[in-house]
Amino acid sequence: MSINATLLAQMIVFAVFVWFTMKFVWPPIMQAMRDRQKRISEGLAAAERGARELNEATAKAEEMVAKARTQAQEILTNAQRQADDTLERAREDARAEGERIVTAAREEIDQAVASAKEDLRREVGSLAVVGAERILKREIDAKAHNDIIDDLVAEIR
Amino acid sequence: MASAEGGSSATQYIQHHLTNLKFDLTSMSFDGHASGFWVLNVDSLFFSIILGVFFLFFFRMAAKKATATEPGGLQNFVEMIVDFTDTQVRDIYHGQSKLIAPLALTIFVWVFLMNFMDLIPVDALPAAAHASGIEYLKVVPSTDLNITFGLSISVFLLMMFYSVKIKGGLGFLKETLTHPFGPWLAPFNFALFVVETVAKPVSLSLRLFGNLYAGELIFILIAVFTLGAGASLLAVPMFILQVLLGVGWAIFHILVITLQAYIFGMLTIVYLSMAQEHH
Repeated sequence: MSINATLLAQMIVFAVFVWFTMKFVWPPIMQAMRDRQKRISEGLAAAERGARELNEATAKAEEMVAKARTQAQEILTNAQRQADDTLERAREDARAEGERIVTAAREEIDQAVASAKEDLRREVGSLAVVGAERILKREIDAKAHNDIIDDLVAEIR
Repeated sequence: MASAEGGSSATQYIQHHLTNLKFDLTSMSFDGHASGFWVLNVDSLFFSIILGVFFLFFFRMAAKKATATEPGGLQNFVEMIVDFTDTQVRDIYHGQSKLIAPLALTIFVWVFLMNFMDLIPVDALPAAAHASGIEYLKVVPSTDLNITFGLSISVFLLMMFYSVKIKGGLGFLKETLTHPFGPWLAPFNFALFVVETVAKPVSLSLRLFGNLYAGELIFILIAVFTLGAGASLLAVPMFILQVLLGVGWAIFHILVITLQAYIFGMLTIVYLSMAQEHH
């Protein structure tokens, strides 16, 4: 057990090994590890960004849905009002039409009644004349007795 | 290795396990008893280089195929270790150097692998080597002082380099002379500086060496239990005891080798960041 030239040889070998490690082993491995670190942090950042974007999109979509719902409600209300209006108007028209028809019918009836009355009166007048003729057994001069007949007619009326 | 030769066999066995395969650079020959400075511990160097190449091969493979999107099993494993190292370095060291973190990674993994050799059965590789004609083989590089000092002295040189680089030559000199007792006690300051500075690499390497050497020695001692017992009646209970102790020590040693690799790496970072701090 003595110190000899092995010491020098070992120092040289050591130097070569350290040099090799420094040159060819350490840098690539550290580089790979650093790259991975960067990659992971980038990935995490991207994931965070994605989540944020998703949130934003969701909020926007919700907003749009809400807006659409309000719009639909508005449209619905409008349509309802319009329908009500139309219905009301139609009802009004129908009522007016009905009234008009009823009035016309009533007028017609009145007219018919009046004309029937006239006819009846005339009939009664002629019947009265015929009756009187029969009673008198002679022809009454229509001209001569017109005023009597008229009196009769007036009385009947 | 179980050559039953009576009383001296255990000593021989242990001695044999603690002897490096040496290559004498002056005579250019393998010599188990070579001494002097110009000797290479071929086994320690061989295993340390093999393990280092093993580490670099797998980490380079992971680095080459490293993707940010779909990390495979190997990449996950490597990334776990790299990330662990990076966190430790970031916590302790606040300078700009691009060297510290790869250095710490190399130390963590390499020292761990060298320590891990301790968990391979003590006789397996030496016996295989013996079978192929190699006389001595010490398989755990971190039980060789040359290896641990090779690491810690390199760290020490880096400490000095960064210290001078950050503070400048004069600033560094000034700090060695005036810190911590002020300029009037410059000799004491300098003496303190020397002790403090030398203590760091020495403690660093001796801690690792001591722990692993002791661990290896205990594995060897456990292996000695049935050495030369032959077919005696005692062989069976001794064998059971040996297995139990071996398993227990190995499990405990998993903790030790990991901890020692971790401590070596952590202290390297701490020392290097201390060297760059202004006092």
